[in-house]
This record gives sequence, C-alpha cells and structure tokens, in this order.
Amino acid sequence: MYFDKDVLTQSGELRKKWEDEVKKTVAKSLDQKERWSTVSDLEINRIYGPEDIKDMDFARDIGYPGQFPYLRGNQVTGYRGRYWTFRMFSGMGSAKDTNQRWHMLLKQGQTGLSTAFDFPTLMGYDTGDPKARGECGKCGVAIDTLEDFMQLVEGIPLDKITTSMTINPPASVLWAMYCAAAEIQGVPLTKIGGTIQNDMLKEFIAQKTFMCPPEPSVKIVSDTVEFGAKFVPRWNTISISGYHIREAGSTAVQELAFTLRDGIEYVEDVIRRKGLEVDAFAPRLSFFFNSHIDFFEEICKMRAARRIWAKVMRDRFKAKDERSWWMRFHTQTAGCSLTAQQPYNNVIRTAVEALAAVLGGTQSLHTNSLDEVWCLPTEHAAEIALRTQHIIAEETGVANTIDPLAGSYFVESLTNKMEEQAWEYIEKIDEMGGMVKAIEKGFPQMEIADAAYKYQRQLEANEKIMVGVNKYVTGEEQKIPFLDIEDRVEKEQMARLEAVRRKRDSKAVKRSLDDLKNACKKGDNVMPYCIEAVKNLASLQEVCDVYREVYGEYSDPAMY
Amino acid sequence: MADRKLRIMVAKPGLDGHDRGARVLARCFRDAGFEVIYTGCHQTPEQIAASAVQEDVDVVGLSCLSGAHRYLFPRVVELLKEADADDITVIGGGVIPDHDFQMLYDAGIKAVFTPGSTLDSIVQWINDNIKIQ
Repeated sequence: MYFDKDVLTQSGELRKKWEDEVKKTVAKSLDQKERWSTVSDLEINRIYGPEDIKDMDFARDIGYPGQFPYLRGNQVTGYRGRYWTFRMFSGMGSAKDTNQRWHMLLKQGQTGLSTAFDFPTLMGYDTGDPKARGECGKCGVAIDTLEDFMQLVEGIPLDKITTSMTINPPASVLWAMYCAAAEIQGVPLTKIGGTIQNDMLKEFIAQKTFMCPPEPSVKIVSDTVEFGAKFVPRWNTISISGYHIREAGSTAVQELAFTLRDGIEYVEDVIRRKGLEVDAFAPRLSFFFNSHIDFFEEICKMRAARRIWAKVMRDRFKAKDERSWWMRFHTQTAGCSLTAQQPYNNVIRTAVEALAAVLGGTQSLHTNSLDEVWCLPTEHAAEIALRTQHIIAEETGVANTIDPLAGSYFVESLTNKMEEQAWEYIEKIDEMGGMVKAIEKGFPQMEIADAAYKYQRQLEANEKIMVGVNKYVTGEEQKIPFLDIEDRVEKEQMARLEAVRRKRDSKAVKRSLDDLKNACKKGDNVMPYCIEAVKNLASLQEVCDVYREVYGEYSDPAMY
Repeated sequence: MADRKLRIMVAKPGLDGHDRGARVLARCFRDAGFEVIYTGCHQTPEQIAASAVQEDVDVVGLSCLSGAHRYLFPRVVELLKEADADDITVIGGGVIPDHDFQMLYDAGIKAVFTPGSTLDSIVQWINDNIKIQ
C-alpha cells in the first residue's frame, strides 16, 4: 500500500468535507460543462487524492530511473547526462535541397538528422513512374538511386551523426543505400548509428504506405532486424510507431496499445522466423510516439508505455538484458493538433506538446513548424520550432530533475488507468491471434475510424474546442510565407535518373536484381542482396518491383 | 425531386496515405443519406474516372494532402470529359493553398474545401448544388 492507514483516513475525511463544499457551490452555480475529459475523451475527475493511488506499491510500480519497471526513465542521470536529441524531421525537393537544409539545421544546433521522403520514395516508386506523377519532392526528398543518396549525405560524417529515416515498405532499400554510402565514406557498418522506421504494421493500421501484404512485409522487417543484430549493432532497425496511429484519429490509449502490440508482434516474428534470442535484438527496438495537446494525458501515456514494455519484455519474452526492457522512444508533436487558421498559434501548441514529451521522458524530439498544416516548413518556421526545444532544455528548468511529476495523485492515477486500458486492448488482440490477424479483420482500423469520427462530431458540436476553428474565430486570414516545391523538381529528377540509367552497368544491375529475386523466393535475408543491388545503381523501384513480383501487392481495403 | 439517393464517390488520388479526412467524410456522407463509394488510398486518376463512370455517381470528392493536387485534380476532370461523363461534378479538398484555388476552378473543379470546412457545410454545398437527374 502506498500510504499508511492514517493518511487515508485523514484524506477520506477531508475529501468528504471538500465534496460537500463542491456540492453546495455547484448547486448555486453550475460548472461550465457537465463532463470534463481529455482530447481522447477519457473522463477526468475534479480532483485526485491519496485514495486514487492507494493500491500502488512504490517499489513495484514507481521506483527510480534505471530501475524496473522504468516508469521514471531508463537513464539513471536523466537529462543531466545529455538532453534528448534535437531531431528535426526534414526533407524536401531534391537531395541537394535537403542536404542544404540539413547543414543549416546542424549549424543551428540540431543534434541528429531525420529524413522525410516524398511519396514515390515512400511507396517504392521511381520519380518517372505513372503512379508517381505530380508527387516528386512535395512531401519530402526524392531518392531514386544511390547517387541521390550520396548527394543527400554529402558532408555529413556518418560515423558521428545519427540519422533517422522515415521509410517503411522500402526501408531495406534505403537502409542498404545508407550502408553503401557509409562504405564509400570509409565508415564501417559497426560505426554507423541511426534508425529506420520500418514499422509495417502501423502502415496497414494507419499511415497507408504499403506495398506487399502484411505477412511478407513483416518478413522483410525481420530480415532487417536480423541483419542489424549481426552486422550493424548501433542501428535501431524498427521504430515502432504510434505517431501515425494517433494522427489518423486514434485516442491516446489506442495509440499506446496498438503500438505496443505491434512491438510484441515483431518480437514474436523475429524469434520464430529467425531463431534469435530475444536479447540479441530487442535492445535495438525503438519506439515513436505522438505528443498531442492534452498535456497530462501525453505525459501519462509515455510513462505507462515504459512500464508496460518493461513488463512485456521481462515477463512475456523472458528477456534478461536490462536494455531489452527499456523502451527508448522518439516523439513528434501532433500535426493534427495544428490549425490552418491563425497559424502562429501553432507555435504555442507545439511548445506545450514538446514540454509534455520532455516531462514524459522522451529521448528524441521533433517539434512541428507553425506552417506544417499548409506546406513543408520554411527555414524560418523550422528554426522557431527547433528553438522551442532549446528553450525548454536550457531555460525552463524542467531538465533539472528527473520525472518531476512522479507521485502526483493525478499523474500516477491517470498513468495507471491508461496502462489498464491498454492491457485490455493488448489482450483482445492476443485473443484475435495477434496483430496481423487483427489487421486482416480491420479491428484497429475501425477502432481508429470510430474515434476520429467521434472527435470530428464533438468538434462540430463545440464539445471539444480548437482555438481559431470553432471558438475565437476571427474570420481574418493570417498570411504566412509558404514553401512551394516547384513542379520543375520532378522534371529535373527524372533527368537525373535517366542519366544514371545510361551510365550504369546494366548487366550488373540485372544480375543483382535476379540474385535478390532468388533470395526472396528462397526466404533468405534480403539485406546483403539489397546492398549489392543499390551499389550497382539499381533504382529504388527496380528493387521494390522484385518484392512486388515475389510477394504480391497489397491494396487498401478502403474501410471507413 | 428524384426518388433515388445522391451517389458520391470519395476518392484518394495519388500516393498520399492521409485518409483521415476522406474516411470521416465518407461516414458523414453516409449519415447524411447519400450512397457512398470510397475508393481507398493510392488511386490513379484513370482508376478514379473509370470507377466514377462505372458506379454512375453524381459527385466525385477528391482528397489530397500531399501537394500533388495541381496535377491530380485537373487530370480526373479531363478523363471524365474524355469518357463523356462531364455531368459528374468534381469537388476536392485537403491541404490546398489559396493561391491554387483559381487554377483548380479553371480546370473544372467546382468547389475546394480546406482545413476548417465543417462536415455540415460540405453536405450543405452538395445538397445546394447537385441536382439528381
């Protein structure tokens, strides 16, 4: 028991007294609204006290950083040892444009890189493909071959800077390019560090960049995990992501539960398919969460996530290495919380969300720019977003002490509640036979669709408020500068790809693609073959077409 | 007043996977009493135009958040015209900056809805502007 009996008796009496006063006051003047809830519609009490956390056990449930169940963080020194990584997600236009932006961000005090690719790259198409028309460079950087990739990382020391790549179906291909680029720079694979998102399950659930069906998609993911465990020990081979689940409209609890259940699915698959010991790869699994606008809900979600994962890894998978129990995660503030109206308000939202992520103990953070509702960030907007992190780290004092909200009646109680609700989802998906099965049934997709629709209706009924959207509306437009990716980028990129095609050794390309195809058919690990193919300047789509041919294509079941 | 329901196709052209808005709208149209066909993500303009004709819809609502609307939206209108189906009204929405509105109108997109458009206002526009034949 968390409190001794006297405290609880005393609290019970005082609480009763307070409740009587509340009743009297509310009888005279009603509350502003009947029901108070989080942005995810989780109901919140007027107050929390010792009785709300009386069943907690300090050593079992809370403890100290670096101690099971890691509620308070993995690192014993917290942010005193080092701040979270200031990692701005960035990519636009051509590889050259993006490389310039990266150098600017590093000069401004960014400490890690994070790559946004355009849609053709994300979906495994080359720029010239008919399906890719109009999309080149719009949402991120266009990469077709290793030549583009070399330009992307020009002047970036790959043994010193860690790079995250938001890439999923073609993750093996882009990672192969990274490995090849490192080799060209003379950096051994054991020295490179970074992350590929490589989380296919959440693509089927939420983000919708998919290529092959779930089963073979997970197989390729497991290939990368195995390759990393054996040859690229500093690489995070999956970033198991809740971010997109949340952006698609899920609640915070759904984000927490589906993400962790995805994590369980990957661990099970690698053990079953590859026969690896859990501790051989689990320390390199990383996570990625959304930090939405509901301050405490986000903090509690992140604290709960660490505690659930520690239990999963120790109890379900019998991992013995402490590093397997750690949930290390990146956070991005919520794009879907930003408004096109009165866009400067987005700076404030992002600051609050970033603060929540830091209080939740994130290891890495991207802060959205004020203009991201409209376009890719301008340089100025990106700089303000980066400085938001610097101010939180250097000025606010929140990094002074670790997990400062621990022991708060409310925070601990909400953390417990979210954990309980997440376990219910996890158990339900277990009963369905796992996440791939649940996805085939459309379960997580429809849970999210329900939540998204409910929120939109609540917004339109003014039960939820977005400033500038359904309250404090001015009707006046605030003009902001736009970053426009010109259509010429597409033409130039097509010409670049053509030039590569002309000069490369087409026999070597064909041979390496054939080798990859054979490996796919035999069920071998694709990574060595991918690296060989990209070194021969096979294009992204040429490699992905091999996957499509062998494994088949997945199309959106179009559920709503 | 026709005795059949209005038929609307909610379509996601291009490679964009941001389908939250499209799916919320599909549900909203269903609740508003329309017959809804939702294409799912990753449709080419050719696929969209062909299914619109085949499904004999009154309206096609295009959703794009990737910035590729300048190519994709006009292309759908063009293909419908080629298929002698320019009686189908095409509307669009998503992340579309003001300065692109005119080129979309000129290309035959009848209405553009951007962030902040309420579900009810979109339904209202359709009820006011689409006559079931």
